[in-house]
Amino acid sequence: MRGLGAWLLQAHLWLVLFFLYVPILVMAALGFNASPLYALPFDFDLVWYKALTGNAKLINAGINSIGIALVNTVIATVLGTMAALAFARYQFRGKTILQLLLFPPVAIPWLVIGTAMLVFFYWVGIKRGLFAILLGHVALSLPYVIVVVGARLATFPRVVEEAAATLGATPWQTFRRVTAPILAPGVIGGALFAFAVSFDQFVISYFLAPPGTTTLPVEIYGAIRKGFTPEINAISTIIIVVSMGALLLTARFYRFGGER
Amino acid sequence: MSDVVVTNAVKKYGAVVALGGVSIRFQEGELFGLLGPSGSGKTTLLRAIAGFVTLDEGSVLIDGRDISGVPVHLRNIGMMFQNYALFPHMSVADNVAFGLEVRSLPKAEVRERVKAALGMVRLTGLEARRPKQLSGGQQQRVALARALVTRPKVLLLDEPLGALDRHLRQEMQIELRRIQRAVGITTVFVTHDQEEALTLSDRIAIFESGRIIQEGPPMEVYERPRSKFAAGFLGEANFLQGRIENLSGGLATVALDLGGRAQCAVPGGEVGQSVTLALRPEKIGIAAGDGGINQTRGRVTDVVFSGNSTTYRVAVGEQSMTLFRQNLSGSAIEPGSEVTLSWSGEHLVVVTP
Repeated sequence: MRGLGAWLLQAHLWLVLFFLYVPILVMAALGFNASPLYALPFDFDLVWYKALTGNAKLINAGINSIGIALVNTVIATVLGTMAALAFARYQFRGKTILQLLLFPPVAIPWLVIGTAMLVFFYWVGIKRGLFAILLGHVALSLPYVIVVVGARLATFPRVVEEAAATLGATPWQTFRRVTAPILAPGVIGGALFAFAVSFDQFVISYFLAPPGTTTLPVEIYGAIRKGFTPEINAISTIIIVVSMGALLLTARFYRFGGER
Repeated sequence: MSDVVVTNAVKKYGAVVALGGVSIRFQEGELFGLLGPSGSGKTTLLRAIAGFVTLDEGSVLIDGRDISGVPVHLRNIGMMFQNYALFPHMSVADNVAFGLEVRSLPKAEVRERVKAALGMVRLTGLEARRPKQLSGGQQQRVALARALVTRPKVLLLDEPLGALDRHLRQEMQIELRRIQRAVGITTVFVTHDQEEALTLSDRIAIFESGRIIQEGPPMEVYERPRSKFAAGFLGEANFLQGRIENLSGGLATVALDLGGRAQCAVPGGEVGQSVTLALRPEKIGIAAGDGGINQTRGRVTDVVFSGNSTTYRVAVGEQSMTLFRQNLSGSAIEPGSEVTLSWSGEHLVVVTP
């Protein structure tokens, strides 16, 4: 019986991996195929990657996306880490309610949030544009950062800060040499989440983008509506390689959850 | 190497009194144990000396200098924490070097002193390890080396051996004592383990409800407890209630509530006065006898063999008495036996109830 159970589990694992990765691999492969109609036989060519370099709209959208994601990462990580520290270390009025309020934005459909933001921004007079998109992204990614950094803080041994003080370290030295390095994996993890939430964000960006300016996911969506070309495969492959690379690098330097 | 004087230390947390006016002097070079149940104020006192607790009243002087307003990092103390509080992201050598590096000492000197400190705690060769890769005993040695390498004026230890198993704890007690002697540093440690306090300390203080109820060398406090609490907390004790029947030549004859009579010194006692007498279990003899003075008869209820000694519980009247016997001969007394307990009057200690 144990043999059968183990075999089923193995099969399950391989099926999951198959359905997850085979579409991605097929998509990546077809980006290197010369035929614009995805016709076989496979004929290796970099024509779609060359075409990308001439596609100003896609490049502009890419620059917008990366720029927004980077700025969003910095803002959300700083604000989120500060908020997580406040939650972990201080008692203040309304703390529990604030902590509870962190979770609904993660659960509410982005479509709903996007609509709400559009209406709200219109009402307070913030125009559709990159700034509005950035505001939306920061609001969306903050809870992720707070939760990830908070998880690290929950296991942070406060007593090591006391130990540093008894050894003669000033509060600043203690923060720089003890607190920050121990929290770093959590903060990096939070930053990664913030980047991913923003870079992958379609709905909010779609709602808040003005005509003419877009982000990469919105541009890709627009391109698909007009007609599918292997250029999309090429840009998608680049996105996947870059984000997987960043993730693996981070995982290499910081073992999540564990202490180094 | 300094003395520490605490005067009238008071600390309240709302209605809870953590320290209710504690005055004590830790002498230069001595190893002083603060003993008491949890919540009795001993840790609060230690943390007040370290600077983590701000006293509501009173003062702490190191070498005659009031350090009440001095922040922790300028107090020049060494502290070892209960779970060692090693820096998890640093190697053993970096942990020990930390206190020297934040003082911006030259690199060569830092290396020299780290090496000497690790040699002192016998950890040479483990410099590159992370704390996670060390055993509990090794982690403790790192913590000790780290606390001493800055040459602090006072060494504070918070339950230093609490996290170790019994065998390792005894080994580390000897080690800690050796190092403390070698360095000659004034050391204050907190423990709730009475055996640890007795073994390690030059002097001890017993805390109860935010106050020191007795202090002195371990043997003196053990043999001459002043209160029922002190007698019961430090080792085991039988308590005999009685009334002074007669006084002659400094000796009181006490009629015991459980029957029989005891004779012992009761300083300041008066005829008719009720007294509580403490009697250590190892000071009681068990044998056949007639139940005369400083003797009483009872029936053995429990016999607990523990290798080199045996613990007997004996029902005497309404009370159960405990006594220890070294296992000198092979024969034990059976439960249910009628026995006579006897003791010497000098071992009866009058305690406050």
